[in-house]
Amino acid sequence: MDVHVDRDRCLGAGMCALTAPQVFDQDEDEGLVVLLDARPPQERHAAVRVAAGVCPAVAITLTERGSSPAS
Amino acid sequence: MQHEPSTRLETTETTETTEPVTLPTQRAAGCPFDPPAGLTELRRASPLTRMTYPDGHVGWLATGYSTVRSIMGDTRFSSRYELMHYPFPGGPEGPLPPAPVGDMTGMDAPEHTRFRRLLMGKFTVRRMRQLSDRVAEITAEHLDAMERRGPGTDLVKAFAQPIPALMICELLGVPYADRERFQDHTHTLMAMDVTPEDRYAAMVGLQGYMAELVAAKRAAPCDDLLGDLAQDSDLTDEELIGVAGFLLAAGLDTTANMIAHGTFALLGNPAQAEALRTDPDLAPQAVEELMRYLTIAHTSVKSALEDVELEGRLIKAGESVTISMEAANRDPERFPDPDVLDLHRKATGHLGFGHGIHQCLGQQLARVEMTVALPALLRRFPTLRLDVPAEEVPLRTDMNIYGVHRLPVTWDEN
Repeated sequence: MDVHVDRDRCLGAGMCALTAPQVFDQDEDEGLVVLLDARPPQERHAAVRVAAGVCPAVAITLTERGSSPAS
Repeated sequence: MQHEPSTRLETTETTETTEPVTLPTQRAAGCPFDPPAGLTELRRASPLTRMTYPDGHVGWLATGYSTVRSIMGDTRFSSRYELMHYPFPGGPEGPLPPAPVGDMTGMDAPEHTRFRRLLMGKFTVRRMRQLSDRVAEITAEHLDAMERRGPGTDLVKAFAQPIPALMICELLGVPYADRERFQDHTHTLMAMDVTPEDRYAAMVGLQGYMAELVAAKRAAPCDDLLGDLAQDSDLTDEELIGVAGFLLAAGLDTTANMIAHGTFALLGNPAQAEALRTDPDLAPQAVEELMRYLTIAHTSVKSALEDVELEGRLIKAGESVTISMEAANRDPERFPDPDVLDLHRKATGHLGFGHGIHQCLGQQLARVEMTVALPALLRRFPTLRLDVPAEEVPLRTDMNIYGVHRLPVTWDEN
């Protein structure tokens, strides 16, 4: 799974940092999304999907890489 | 979701032949936690319904989860008050005046974005969690005071109101001792049936108070949110006064009602209360479920800026859509057994804090306050119970933020 974030769309609601804190954070100044891990391990995929789903600004997009040995 | 074109047309025709509905606001007696029954019936029939507004406008009412969520996330729908028709009876007739300066709920992008960007770094998950020790301290002080005074109190006054009020005052840098000067005004701003004149007077009153405060923050740098904005932002005095009043009003009534109404719901579900009392790890998800189940910020209105096709219906430019977050959060297609309060449920994705660009800015603060306060209350007073029959608890059916006006409780002394 590849994770992408769009800081221009981000509203700083913090749902991603709350839902998948190992993968997302917020920067100290603006509260904008910070991507900690663009290729999270398998066991975090479920939480990352939830985070993408609940983002109120649709600022997180996921590319599933079904055939990749890494995923 | 896939729809056959023929099904869509049929649905449209069938629904168009029925009369537009008016917004159901009547809650069934003895069901203080459920949305008005009429809303549930409408959602069962269709997630999007034609609705007649009290001023005669014919617009729409959205009650289904996915419909409500997609409207809240769609920037083709405006939040500007002057485009909105008011959905509740007894309110102002016709379109409202534009949002006062700084009232972020009544703005669209790019104006909204400018304010939101100034503020969102101050309400991050991490910053709000750093406040949790202070929330715990304030919570303990109020529980101590309740214990000292002995059994029998109004939980709203003794506990639910002061905790968020103290926290938002400390965060903003508003002296808590001044609360008599702003609480009546914020109460009027949250009422559903006030005249435009009363609402305007309350806004002017609140801004008058904030103007003095902002002048002080401009004069002497200080380490709080309004102090920061006064020193470091490009906000004019008028904008800073407006946004300060908005943040204060938004932080006072909302969490207070979640704490009081949440306690009321827990006292009516003793097994759930016991689970929260005994399992400290349950609190975060219990808070999400209470947010879903109670949906105290129950209704919102948007207006279409252009023609939008949704659910096989055409919402025309200029038409208002009343969105019922409380009906959406009880949609069985999204939440199985939606009318059951189940603190073990994964309620993530609920619309209790809204969705889209206006999703609650202070939600992480609210989460910390509820996560700390509710279990602490239950643990300190294991015998906590209502002091009046449940049907005598006065409900806020007249307010934009639902909940209870008072919650008389008592407990056994140790």
